[in-house]
Amino acid sequence: MNTPLLRVRDLCVDFGANPAIRGVNFDLTAGETVGLVGESGSGKSTLARAILRLLQPVRGGVEFLGMDLLRCSGAALRAHRRDLQIVFQDPLASLNPRMTVGEAIGEPLEIFEPGLTAGDRLRQVSAMLERVGLGASMAGRYPHEFSGGQCQRVGIARAMILSPKLLICDEVVSSLDVSIQGQIVNLLLDLQREAAMAVLFISHNLAVVRQLSHRVMVIYLGKLVEIALCDALFATPKHPYTRALLAAVPQLPSVTAPAAPTMPAAPTMPAAPTMPAAPTMLSVPAPPSVPALPAEPIQPARLMASGCAYRDRCPYVLPICETNDPPLIEVGAGHWVACHRSQETLIPLSFAP
Amino acid sequence: MIPTLSTHELSIRFSHRAGTIQAVDGVSLKIAPAECVGIVGESGSGKTQVFMAAMGLLAGNAKASGSVRFEGSELLGAEPSMLNRVRGSKITMIFQDPMTSLTPHLKIGTQLAEVMVSHLGMPWGDARASAGRMLDRVQVPEPKRRLNQYPHELSGGMRQRVMIAMSLLCEPSLVIADEPTTALDVTVQEQIIELLRAVRGEFGMALALISHDLAVVAGLADRILVMYAGRVVEDASAQELFRRPRHPYTAELLKCIPSISGPRPLRLPTLAGQPPRPGEMLEACPFTPRCSRAADRCRIERPQLMGAAASQVACHFPLSS
Repeated sequence: MNTPLLRVRDLCVDFGANPAIRGVNFDLTAGETVGLVGESGSGKSTLARAILRLLQPVRGGVEFLGMDLLRCSGAALRAHRRDLQIVFQDPLASLNPRMTVGEAIGEPLEIFEPGLTAGDRLRQVSAMLERVGLGASMAGRYPHEFSGGQCQRVGIARAMILSPKLLICDEVVSSLDVSIQGQIVNLLLDLQREAAMAVLFISHNLAVVRQLSHRVMVIYLGKLVEIALCDALFATPKHPYTRALLAAVPQLPSVTAPAAPTMPAAPTMPAAPTMPAAPTMLSVPAPPSVPALPAEPIQPARLMASGCAYRDRCPYVLPICETNDPPLIEVGAGHWVACHRSQETLIPLSFAP
Repeated sequence: MIPTLSTHELSIRFSHRAGTIQAVDGVSLKIAPAECVGIVGESGSGKTQVFMAAMGLLAGNAKASGSVRFEGSELLGAEPSMLNRVRGSKITMIFQDPMTSLTPHLKIGTQLAEVMVSHLGMPWGDARASAGRMLDRVQVPEPKRRLNQYPHELSGGMRQRVMIAMSLLCEPSLVIADEPTTALDVTVQEQIIELLRAVRGEFGMALALISHDLAVVAGLADRILVMYAGRVVEDASAQELFRRPRHPYTAELLKCIPSISGPRPLRLPTLAGQPPRPGEMLEACPFTPRCSRAADRCRIERPQLMGAAASQVACHFPLSS
């Protein structure tokens, strides 16, 4: 395995007294796309901002190309920022309405490559506009003249103009219509393959994450609860929260074709007699479908006490979950799960092919 | 049978500095009593405006023509006093963002009770008691305590439950749910879909479910209308629409929706081009520039919604049924 491009170790962020990121560890390798999924408030964007040092973590390390981003000087951080770019959710709000898109895309070049002549810059901006499918003739237009999908292409062009080594995409397709979403996803796939950059793709849309990720990380209340290769995560999700997330995704009837007219609820599978009943999750009385569980996440006071943060919603909860926070352990090749019951046999989710 | 809601050749134009924008263009639809109709389309397709016209909530610069009837009575151009008798009681609406549709400085109990005080003339005490019972019916835990809470003290999912409770207070004939789950997390979304399914069974009202997400609509709707550029391009039973989409737009849209199961293609299928921008001049069939089946006729002659009741399509060259 290559040395990682980005190494995040025991990263913790607090907002006042509330922990927002609780001891996150992961690596990102060049050329790799890692999806980060979780619900609103789970800390997805906070994690991204902490990695970029747009907010200051209370503890932990972020090592990028061997340099500690959290402790380096301002000048060193600025020098590295050209390799670390981010694209935000709201494409119109993240562009300056008074700059033409050509100026917006060229601005990073002005800052990081002051030696370039105006002509060279223009040539690079034009090429990048073409690359993201907008056409060089669009350079003189203003953001409000573009649709949401086109603005997102501008945001991507602006992030890509310096050929970053790591691109963080924070909900970049969430505000786009489905017919446009695919175009942006494909553009990101192409750019990622061409430039061999690493991509951290943050989204609450699991289907989109599945489309472009090599690996997927699931975050719950500031802690990574599952990390796996993309196909493994969707085929054999191990953490009860991951399973609940996947089970809740509404599916088109044609996709759920065989004998499943409505949404299958995750763990309430028929008690399959074929399963050899070791002390597996099957031995637990059939839990209610996950969404019927308390919708309110755990209270902050309980979160800070010891124990698993998911215990109040988990249908598989054991006494140990009240007292011990499960660590991330490797249960299969590259498949990490933070659950006391991760070694037990799970009933497959019914939508699995 | 008189439909609960029907529109006939409904058109809505917005005038502004740079000219007029045709948001809705000759929409005729019917929603039968107790029927759940899904209305899907991309942003700007006019799906919300059709129902804003029914509620008399169009913006000041909008001009609506045609007809919108609720249980046989014309709503378009009706006196506000007449509208006020039906909207909020007989026709109610649930919006996307439950935070901005609740008043931030009034307690939940006050906001719910007010509906019954003003529409049914109920005394405040009784109205509050009814409000508590309704919160219980939409599975809000500790309903009594919630009555004394403010909207910001509730989670997004709870707020949406409160909105659903509010919409049901006067036993409406029609509930319009405009993107009711779009702002919610996927697990909460599933709970709200389940709740809508349950209250439909319990209250027997008609439900218009407006969404950009076909998968959300798929789980609830009996019939689905697909809108594009202000027009209904397909109107079919949910089963037919997913099994045999007939409009090229519907078929392409279904292909574009990524899935969490099945094979994972190297690239996502996409719909080429952009949806028409507001105010843009359209071909006779607005989908022509993005359509692989388009021919000269599509640029000249406007396709009308035609076919058997279970599957109507506005296309000169529909996919075979």
